[in-house]
Amino acid sequence: MKITRRHLLVLMPAAAVAWKFVLAGTPEASPNYQLTEHWWAMLMDLTKCIGCGSCVRACAQENDVPDGYYRTWVERYHVTDWKIERPQVESPDGAKQGFPANELSDGKNFFVPKLCNHCADSPCTQVCPVGATFISPDGVVLVDKNYCLGCRYCVQACPYGCRFINPKTMTAEKCTLCYHRITKGLTTACCEACPTGTRQLADLKNPKDPIHEFLKTHSVQILKPHMATGAKVFYNGMDGSVR
Amino acid sequence: MFKDIEHLIRLAVVMLIALIVFIVVRAHVVPRSFGQYGHYRGAALGEIASRPVALAGHEACETCHSDVADLKKQGKHVVVACEACHGAAANHADDPGSIKPAKLDTAILCARCHEANSAKPRGFPQVVTADHANGVACDTCHQPHRPKIDLQPETKGTKK
Ligand code: HEC
Ligand code: HEC
Ligand code: HEC
Ligand code: HEC
Repeated sequence: MKITRRHLLVLMPAAAVAWKFVLAGTPEASPNYQLTEHWWAMLMDLTKCIGCGSCVRACAQENDVPDGYYRTWVERYHVTDWKIERPQVESPDGAKQGFPANELSDGKNFFVPKLCNHCADSPCTQVCPVGATFISPDGVVLVDKNYCLGCRYCVQACPYGCRFINPKTMTAEKCTLCYHRITKGLTTACCEACPTGTRQLADLKNPKDPIHEFLKTHSVQILKPHMATGAKVFYNGMDGSVR
Repeated sequence: MFKDIEHLIRLAVVMLIALIVFIVVRAHVVPRSFGQYGHYRGAALGEIASRPVALAGHEACETCHSDVADLKKQGKHVVVACEACHGAAANHADDPGSIKPAKLDTAILCARCHEANSAKPRGFPQVVTADHANGVACDTCHQPHRPKIDLQPETKGTKK
């Protein structure tokens, strides 16, 4: 067989078309928001939390979270002296309606709001087989619902139980740190609705953010530090019994 | 030595075609923005960010309801954002004429925050609502936007 001019004439345009596809993919323009100038986190001052569930309701309204599922929720811890390693934890309906007047008033009692920790080394993104969940360049762990298969690997991988499968879309869902709000300069829905300042959105790359002063002057903790997830929700005044 | 070179050329052509097919199929199957920032679809960031906002934020409310905002500034509820009580109201802020926030039931609303609970911080004002209000709506006595009750309103009124 000989490669003739005819062969080349057929092959070259085909190669050119192929090349065009390879080179395509212009970056998505995100006006006025620089991905590289932010590194999002949250501060959770447990000394202030009243367990009213405003954050849970606001989150559900803002993000259309289906009933019975929670992107954020509030736990009430009940710790007694003789069972200090076995705290009693409750979270009726994720605390969407706050907490009823309680009978468990002996011992130590406090509220712990929880949400995705937006880990810098997140276990959930590492197990995704298709690249549908990822850490954004500004430090938010997100799910691409158009790409997610719904295989549930990430639901199992999250040590904090922050993911679930949306019963309508059958794709993995989780807190987005209100990505659609923070990229517009708003705070998250939960922080907006928090009446006591327990929750504060923080941008670690912004030197003017009050979080830097707070971190300098307080002993904050993260959840499950032994798992080396690089969690970015910082808890102030957290009891050792919190899991 | 190269008398069988035709075989090699044929092989090369087949492999070239396979490569081109691979490139074309890959270009079609892999989304354009995949790998833009990492091992994921870069366009997903824009899609997630373009979701509409449901909570307008208290600054937005205060531009129109400056009377409520001023009243609220006089009391301790200044720290409570409008939508913590009234619920998500961005659609009302966009079109106040036709969409109004739902009426609130203070027996539920106030109790969520103020019902006595030993897990609440000590300094937070809390009441056992059943004893305190006895079934009377909270806003018959408390103005929701400035909840403090001046204990001797009559004497205050007569002093002037
Ligand atoms: C563009 C101006 C505008 C903005 C912004 C706005 N409102 Fe209103 N609001 C109105 C108007 C106008 C009314 C109707 C007053 C009336 O009919 O008596 C109203 C009425 C209300 C009422 C009373 C509804 C009723 O049943 O009488 C509430 C509660 C309310 N707004 C809450 C909010 C909250 C919370 C926000 C912030 C998310 C907000 N508004 C933002 C203009 C605005
Ligand atoms: C502590 C909870 C709470 C907060 C915070 C709050 N409201 Fe209200 N608001 C109420 C209640 C309760 C009523 C009376 C019942 C109703 O109309 O649904 C009311 C009534 C209103 C009304 C109609 C009657 C009136 O008094 O004018 C408007 C308008 C209103 N609120 C706007 C606002 C705006 C704007 C903000 C934020 C600056 C705000 N509210 C913050 C609880 C709250
Ligand atoms: C979203 C939570 C929230 C809701 C709902 C709420 N409050 Fe409050 N309330 C607060 C906070 C926060 C404070 C301030 C506490 C402080 O400064 O220590 C407060 C303070 C108060 C105080 C003390 C005021 C003072 O000056 O000492 C009263 C009284 C009060 N609220 C009554 C009410 C009533 C009545 C309602 C229902 C209309 C209500 N609250 C609804 C969060 C709430
Ligand atoms: C009959 C009138 C009345 C009703 C109804 C009423 N309150 Fe009060 N409330 C008062 C008075 C008067 C005070 C001030 C008492 C004081 O300072 O000792 C007060 C104080 C409070 C305080 C402050 C307590 C503190 O420790 O500073 C809160 C919180 C409160 N009320 C919440 C509510 C809630 C929630 C409801 C509805 C379930 C409600 N109130 C219904 C009259 C009322």
